[in-house]
Amino acid sequence: MPDVIQVAQLTKHYPGARGAPPVRAVDGIEFAVRKGEVFGFLGPNGAGKTTTVRMLTGLTRPTAGSARILGFDLATEVTQIKKRIGVVPETSNLYDELSAFDNLVFSMQLYGVPRRERRARAEELLARFRLSEKRDVPFAQLSRGMKRALTVAAALAHRPPLLFLDEPTTGLDVMSARSLRGMIADLRREGVTVFLTTHYLEEAERLCDRIALIVQGRIVALDTVDGLKARLPARPAVEATLADGNGRIAMLRFEGRSVEEATQAALAQAAAEGRQVVALNTPRPTLEDVFVYLTGLSAEVMLAEKGKT
Amino acid sequence: MWRDDLRGMFYIALKDLRAYYLKPPNISWGILFPFAFVLAFAIRNPGELRDLVPGLLALTLLFGTSSMEAIVIVFERRTGALERLLLAPLRLSALLAGKLLGGMAFGLTVTAAVLAIALAAFGVGSVNWPLLILALLLSAAAFSALGAFVSVAVREVFEAQTLANFIRFPMMFLGGIFVPLGSMSPALRVVACLLPLTYAVEALRAAMDGRVTSATALDLAVLAAFAVVLFGAAVRTLARHIE
Ligand SMILES: Nc1ncnc2c1ncn2[C@@H]1O[C@H](COP(=O)(O)OP(=O)(O)OP(=O)(O)O)[C@@H](O)[C@H]1O
Ligand SMILES: [Mg+2]
Repeated sequence: MPDVIQVAQLTKHYPGARGAPPVRAVDGIEFAVRKGEVFGFLGPNGAGKTTTVRMLTGLTRPTAGSARILGFDLATEVTQIKKRIGVVPETSNLYDELSAFDNLVFSMQLYGVPRRERRARAEELLARFRLSEKRDVPFAQLSRGMKRALTVAAALAHRPPLLFLDEPTTGLDVMSARSLRGMIADLRREGVTVFLTTHYLEEAERLCDRIALIVQGRIVALDTVDGLKARLPARPAVEATLADGNGRIAMLRFEGRSVEEATQAALAQAAAEGRQVVALNTPRPTLEDVFVYLTGLSAEVMLAEKGKT
Repeated sequence: MWRDDLRGMFYIALKDLRAYYLKPPNISWGILFPFAFVLAFAIRNPGELRDLVPGLLALTLLFGTSSMEAIVIVFERRTGALERLLLAPLRLSALLAGKLLGGMAFGLTVTAAVLAIALAAFGVGSVNWPLLILALLLSAAAFSALGAFVSVAVREVFEAQTLANFIRFPMMFLGGIFVPLGSMSPALRVVACLLPLTYAVEALRAAMDGRVTSATALDLAVLAAFAVVLFGAAVRTLARHIE
């Protein structure tokens, strides 16, 4: 199966502000996205995620490098590509003046969905994204989460086999974000290939088949979640929850050459201090551990709330 | 490719008409403004009101096509909605042609209403209909392209309004509506020759009076040239946004 996206040495430099050197927003990245997978593009603010999406969707020209998308060359066949992709930009950008329904219909008109299919498809998408009640409400009057959902619906209106999602859940409350993630998981089941940028580690871990970690315009790692975790040097450890005579609880971490050795260390310390082991657990590395290990950055940079729509 | 372009163009124009042009305040301003202006002039200079009709039509067309057109693109760029059109499978020229078409359709509709009122008031007389229609179409294209160019050339909505007025108001006074070209100083006449409104007024006057001369053909050709050049400049300017 040929890859849906193939990127070679893709680069984008922006001219720097007065006197400053150029900004290397994206710096020679290479990767391939396989058919049917959810490919995560995970990185902190300013890493170059949006710039990459904008290049791959024809909104901005690469400074250097090339890409093939769905078999078409980005430099020469961009209209062929545009016909076959759906894009959800960082900011929900449907028409404030048009109703939810009319926005979907207009999207379909632009992409040449036949007239007889448009109405039914629009109703179907509204139902699927739980927006049927808001059918005739202008986009401007929807809540942020509804706007996001409708923007995703509009991107799907012409049934593209490849969908770009730029931070789909940023700025949403927990419930809306969870519901949107459920919809992304559904798309994968339907065979849609998804290119997803995010700065939420746990979102990437939950949704993505493979993840590229991007920092300062470069990909520092690209693998499955398990593959990424396997890169952490094996440091067998146990977490022991200890209780003293007064019922005070403490959680301690013990390391060793093996889990057995770490467990023995925990038991030995508990015995020496007259404390009781109430729970033992072998922590699995999280994506956060991997991120911190591979980038040397604190995981907090990924969690900074950006308050975008 | 062509089919995608034509389809996109048509639906963009339709969407703009529905979302922006056919809103009540826009419609009433489109009609009221030129009327108020001409009326003010007529009150101070009572005389042949009928002579003012070509100028009134040209003004209505100028404001009807370019007022909204000059802000739609910059407005959509601000809200991010323009990106939806840039992502769609159509060429930049088709995208802009759709915007142009929306402005033309609105301007021509409003002008047709004004024309109907004028004809009812003054009688049809010796109107040359084919010429009138051609003159209206070409003028609308030139004015709409002017609006599109203004809209892609600026970054903020208020800048678009300022720039559009900076171009339109001198045109109103030098375009041969209130002051005939013949009575202008040579320097002003040179300026008048650079303004599309001048040619629109001339061509419309010839069509309304049914007096077609070789100069009329030149007027039409110049209007077409304005439309093509301004449209080309707008496409090139928009293309630079995608760098
Ligand atoms: N139009 C532009 N002109 C100049 N510099 C830009 C432009 N767009 C982006 N940049 C710069 O390129 C770098 C990458 O930005 P980009 O928006 O791609 O990051 P991102 O990973 O999407 O970040 P975020 O998580 O905040 O959305 C940043 O340093 C940014 O300032
Ligand atoms: Mg971004």
